[in-house]
Amino acid sequence: MKSDIILAGVGGQGILSIAATIGMAAIENNLNLKQAEVHGMSQRGGAVQSHLRISDKEIASDLIPLGKADLIISVEPMESLRYVSYLSEEGWLVTNITPFINIPDYPETGELMNEIETFLHHIAINADEIARSVKSPRSSNMVMLGAASPFLDIPYDSLESGIKKIFGRKGEKIVQLNIEALKAGREFALEHKQATSPQKTPG
Amino acid sequence: MQKLLLLGDEALAQGAIDAGMSGIYAYPGTPSTEIMEYVQRSKVAAERNIHRQWSANEKTATEAALGMSYAGKRSMAAMKHVGLNVAADVFMNSAVTGVNGGMIVAVADDPSMHSSQNEQDSRYYGRFAMIPILEPSNQQEAYDMAYEGFELSEKYGLPVLIRITTRLSHSRSGVTTSPLKDQNKISYPADPIQFVLLPSNAKKRYQTLLVKQKANRDASAESKFNIYYDGDDKSLGIIACGIAYNYLMENFPEGKCPHPILKIGHYPMPFEKVKRFYESCEKILVLEEGYPMVEELLRGYLNKENKVSGRLNGVIPRSGELNPNIVATGLGKANGESFQIPDIVANRPPQLCAGCSHKDIYDALNETMKEFGEDQRVFSDIGCYTLGALPPFNSIHTCVDMGASITMAKGAADAGVRPSVAVIGDSTFTHSGMTALLDCVYENTPITVIISDNSTTAMTGGQTSEASGKLEEICTGLGVKPEHVRLLTPLPKYHDEMVKVLAEEMNYDGVSVVIPRRECIQTLSRSKKKQKMKEVTT
Repeated sequence: MKSDIILAGVGGQGILSIAATIGMAAIENNLNLKQAEVHGMSQRGGAVQSHLRISDKEIASDLIPLGKADLIISVEPMESLRYVSYLSEEGWLVTNITPFINIPDYPETGELMNEIETFLHHIAINADEIARSVKSPRSSNMVMLGAASPFLDIPYDSLESGIKKIFGRKGEKIVQLNIEALKAGREFALEHKQATSPQKTPG
Repeated sequence: MQKLLLLGDEALAQGAIDAGMSGIYAYPGTPSTEIMEYVQRSKVAAERNIHRQWSANEKTATEAALGMSYAGKRSMAAMKHVGLNVAADVFMNSAVTGVNGGMIVAVADDPSMHSSQNEQDSRYYGRFAMIPILEPSNQQEAYDMAYEGFELSEKYGLPVLIRITTRLSHSRSGVTTSPLKDQNKISYPADPIQFVLLPSNAKKRYQTLLVKQKANRDASAESKFNIYYDGDDKSLGIIACGIAYNYLMENFPEGKCPHPILKIGHYPMPFEKVKRFYESCEKILVLEEGYPMVEELLRGYLNKENKVSGRLNGVIPRSGELNPNIVATGLGKANGESFQIPDIVANRPPQLCAGCSHKDIYDALNETMKEFGEDQRVFSDIGCYTLGALPPFNSIHTCVDMGASITMAKGAADAGVRPSVAVIGDSTFTHSGMTALLDCVYENTPITVIISDNSTTAMTGGQTSEASGKLEEICTGLGVKPEHVRLLTPLPKYHDEMVKVLAEEMNYDGVSVVIPRRECIQTLSRSKKKQKMKEVTT
């Protein structure tokens, strides 16, 4: 198996906790992993991404080649589109629809959603609202991970135990809140997942 | 043997800890910062009392590392590529003195300039100093090179440069560790004048360095980090340095490249292997991060045989970091179709945080400068506040090297510019701005230095700042008149007062320092969170 994942967001939105949780789950399943992160200047409110690669074979490059990602997980709608050149023909675009607007020329929400919908393999989820509905408003990241979980080649239970390891030191309550968020995101995705193949032609 | 999930930077740090390192010295700089931060978090480092405090700059860091080596112990200096410019004096001369305890200079280069002013290639510094250079291709090699680098250093009596680049610095993967070694005991160099570079002895030491070059070449010839993989298709041979090897192999998913490959991780290059490789292949493609160093060496000045490709003939782009797609193009392989990024995706450059003190300073500065007429220029420096060069502020007009704001403003003042204004951060000021200010005091240059004090090294993630709590004393100690060291609180409600004070000092015909002081919003919220956690758990 292999999963090549692009994680996208804005500096400060905390995409790395998603990466860390998947990473823990991968290790539990004795899989190889490489995860390239962005540190430094872009973390100040700029566009940030992380390349996460998981495989039962040896992984060569720390970066995913263009057109080879199985999954884009974005915590922000415009950022999900920034990396579509990495997405494979069969890949899934899983994005939060709550915009993070810190630039003057941010596009219209309607236009943004139209673009996202041109990808038939997409899950557009209001992760912030769902996180609030399960009384875990700060866990929208885990809602996103849950929404992406049906497309990950990793047992779902391993993601829950990943959360336990990552958030364990913050106490049982925080762990439970994050697991609830994960579950809610997963349920949404399973309801809205309509596989169509191929989704659209690249180029 | 333990398997850990580590960033390339962290793997370097863990390798050094396990090898019995007694101290690490560093100044924060992307992409090198995590080397020191990892040692600071390490329980083993704490138990072993390994020195792990930040230094004022890369020069003081490398000198302290050399001092620890003089005392017989294993030491590391860590920095970003441009930091090595600051440390260049001690770095070059440490090759001439040689070392006693093993010493590693770990330098992280930033090709593509993700967080830097240039993409200079530190391997040239290693060649310049004539010392061994190690360049890992992956996290495991980063660990192994640090673990074994100290031995190499002690065996040849030379500092060892480990060069890593951004992607490996900040990419995580599994690393298997080796047994923890004891630290060295204190011991002095046998020759009491080994480190005395008076001309009479420097000449001897330089000869010693030249003689060591053969040993350096022999070590590289035998190095397990230089590997010759033969291949049937000799129409092309590929030399892959450091992380370039990964991008190459990504293009051969089953791990089967039909061409011969020479993987380089230890310089000077292994002469016999390179010669055999060069002679047995019809064409050579060189893949290396940074400058075309290996390519240039193989081509020679006249490039008579015209068989080497790479960045110099455009097969690989001349600048920027490598990736699997660039390498595919270089190999003549087609990159598949990929989805177009929609036009509506707007750029999202980094920016100052909401509530950042620098914003309030720039608002006040812009208003003050307007009073002096159109087209005023302000000299600045390296840190979060460099973002003030961008809209909506457009407040500053230079960012060159650490500390340059003050000295460049001095030069401009000497040229007749009034007012001549510098904006510098607190940590950058103690890194390289203090001597610049002393130059101004010495001549009573009419200059206004704004030290925007957020009490941390913010851009790299909030490391401690050596300036904290002593800026006024430093400035008056250097000779700035106390009445011209002005303290401000940068908040919108004090805007008018800030403008008034700035104007007063800009109109003063001498050296003035204005210190707007308010803690970085990031470190503040972090310490508040920590406090809250404490309250919850106790």
